[in-house]
Parts: sequence; structure tokens; C-alpha cells
Amino acid sequence: MTTTVLDPTAEQRPATRERTDRPESLSGLTVGLLDISKPRGDVFLNRVEERLCAMGATVVRYAKPTFTKPAPVDLRHEISTQCDAVIEALAD
Amino acid sequence: MLEGTTRPPDEVVALVPPNIVGCTVEKVAVNAVMAGCRPEYLPVVLAAIEAICTDEFNMHGVLATTMSVGPILVVNGPIAVAISMNSGINVLGHGNRANSTIGRAVQLVTRNIGGGAPGGIDRATLGHVGKQGFCFAEDEAGSPWNSLAEERGFDRSQSTVTAFCGEGPSLVMDQLSRSPESLTRSLAASLRSAVSPRVVLGMDAMLVISPEHMARYRDAGWDRTRFLAELTECLMLDTDRIVAGADGIEEGLPPELAGHRLPKFRPGGLLVVHAGGSAGLFSAVIGGWKNGPGGSDPVTREITP
Repeated sequence: MTTTVLDPTAEQRPATRERTDRPESLSGLTVGLLDISKPRGDVFLNRVEERLCAMGATVVRYAKPTFTKPAPVDLRHEISTQCDAVIEALAD
Repeated sequence: MLEGTTRPPDEVVALVPPNIVGCTVEKVAVNAVMAGCRPEYLPVVLAAIEAICTDEFNMHGVLATTMSVGPILVVNGPIAVAISMNSGINVLGHGNRANSTIGRAVQLVTRNIGGGAPGGIDRATLGHVGKQGFCFAEDEAGSPWNSLAEERGFDRSQSTVTAFCGEGPSLVMDQLSRSPESLTRSLAASLRSAVSPRVVLGMDAMLVISPEHMARYRDAGWDRTRFLAELTECLMLDTDRIVAGADGIEEGLPPELAGHRLPKFRPGGLLVVHAGGSAGLFSAVIGGWKNGPGGSDPVTREITP
């Protein structure tokens, strides 16, 4: 007798990608700060920006249109092509 | 299970978040078997999957939020009777196979196909037991009002499922009101606390009115329109009482909003359903989540064979 087992999953796995190596120094690098648009996220990121600038980094600010949905593809592409590192902030 | 639908097994039903995976009728059927569905429930499951996998419902956000919400499914129309769904005693509880398994199948599809597992993309701090699956039917036959589906633009002859992003139900006890005015004020008092007494406009809610509470409105000749108009007036909130700092509570609206009157819900932001056992002067409030394009809107889909 043959038993057929049906797979309830998507039979797919998201691609695994290696993280970019952690930079030895942030001096001279461009760091993106992504605000997910929750209240007071800017308070946290403003302070992070001050600290990063003091370390010699160039900071570029980004924001998701809404915290309830994934960042749009264009925004993710923009960050990946313009920045050496990114910090995403969640706040309440 | 596939005999429960005329749709071909390889038809893609929806792209299921969070992994945005094309989900076929066959994959839904496999999960429906695991949930314990009978074949005749499958069209409801398929329509529910279509409903939650829309940009309007935003299932990715519903999963990812730390709030305690999940899809709550309300079935209207002839199919609810045809598959023996419960709209009566213990309607929001257990004990009916269709109610118990349809919502469960939808949750399994989200998890197994979409990849939305708790602790992964699902970040709920507490969650609620309804995230096991939450599905029930409206008692249309016993209601003097138009149904939820009719309110949302469908014909009574159509079978539909409405997906609402919500918390677990909270009981509203009012055993003494004999006039519609008193009961409306009483329901409003509970609805003011939906999600938080300090939340206004930004989150929707569902109100499940039981038959004995509905009798107050039937006897007085109030239709749904009259009820909603009176209820809306009772839900105008004095912002002085809900701004941050009021009553020594730091949570609240920005202080600059003091001195206004605001409605608790946006227009159309309260979904009203008639269901429950014939005895008991109770209703239920189901709080929602962030509404609108930046959150989740209720979505109704027709159930087709």
C-alpha cells in the first residue's frame, strides 16, 4: 500500500543572505536611520544621529509611510544602495 | 476536501503574507483537513483567505503588531445555515465544528503557507485565544435589522465572509435596561473602553448584540440606522477627560486636543452583528486595531462554490 503525505507548508524557504560584515569604524561611512513612523521614534533617532555624527559618520534619514506595513520595496532599495549600514528604530 | 469546491486545485487563491507566497486551492484544502473542516466548509475558508490577503486587511501588519489581534470572521447568507454554523447559544465559544474549524484553517494557512508563526513575524505581546481561530455566523433569521453583509453592500441571497481585525470578546452585562435609550447608553459605556478609554477614532470595534438585547430595539421600532445614530451621540467624548495626564494617567491624547468633543469611532468604524443564545441580557464588544490605510480595514468577500 502506498501512503501519500501532503505537505501543508508552502514548500519554499526565504532566501538566506549573509549579513554584511560589521564595519571596524563608522568614520566616513554613510549610516541610514529608518524611522518606522511610530510616535517618538524621532526622539530616539535624533539622539542616535548626534552620536553617529560625532563618530564621523554621514547620516541619512528615512521613514516608512506607516509602521503597520512592511517598508516599500523602493525604500529598501534606496537604503541598500545609499548606505553602508542601517539602524531601524521602534519606539512608543 | 477538494470536492467541496468547483475551483481547480492549482488555482492560486491569494498571495499569503508575510512571505507573500502564492497559495493554491490544494494547499488551502490540506490545511483545512488538518483543521478538521468538512469539505462543504472549504468555500468559506477560501473566501476568508482572499479577504485577509488584501492590502486593505493588511495581514502582515495584523501578524506583526504587538497588540492582541487576529482575524475575526463573520459568515452571512445561506451557506451559514447550509453548513450548520452556530449563530446562537455560545456563538463566540466552542462546540460547533464549522465555527471551530474554519477560523482554525485560516490560521493554519497563515502560519504554514505564509510563514507567520508566533515568535517569528507574529510579535503579539499577549495574543488572544481567538487566534486559534475565530469564526461565527450572524443570526439573520432572528434579527429585525439588515445583516452585517447587507450593511456592507451585499444582497441577503449572497453568502459572504467578513474579516475584522480584532481582540477577544468582552462581555457587556446589562440586565436592567428596558428602554432602548438606557441600553444604548449602557452599550456606549462599554464601547468607550474598546481597546482603551483613551483611544478615539483610530481603532474600530465590533459589537455583537444578543437576541434579548435586540428585543429592546425591536419592541421600540428602532432600526439599525436609528440605533447607530443614537449610539454615535452617546459615544461623543469630552477630550478633557482623555488627554494625557487626566485623572493622573499619563496615557492619553496630546494635551493640545483638550476642550473638544470627538467621536469614539470613525464613521462606519463600528460593526454591529446580531448573534447569541435566546436567553441572557448580554452583548459583547470586540476591540479592533489601527484602522484605515495605515492599518487594517474590514474586508467582506462573497463565498462562491
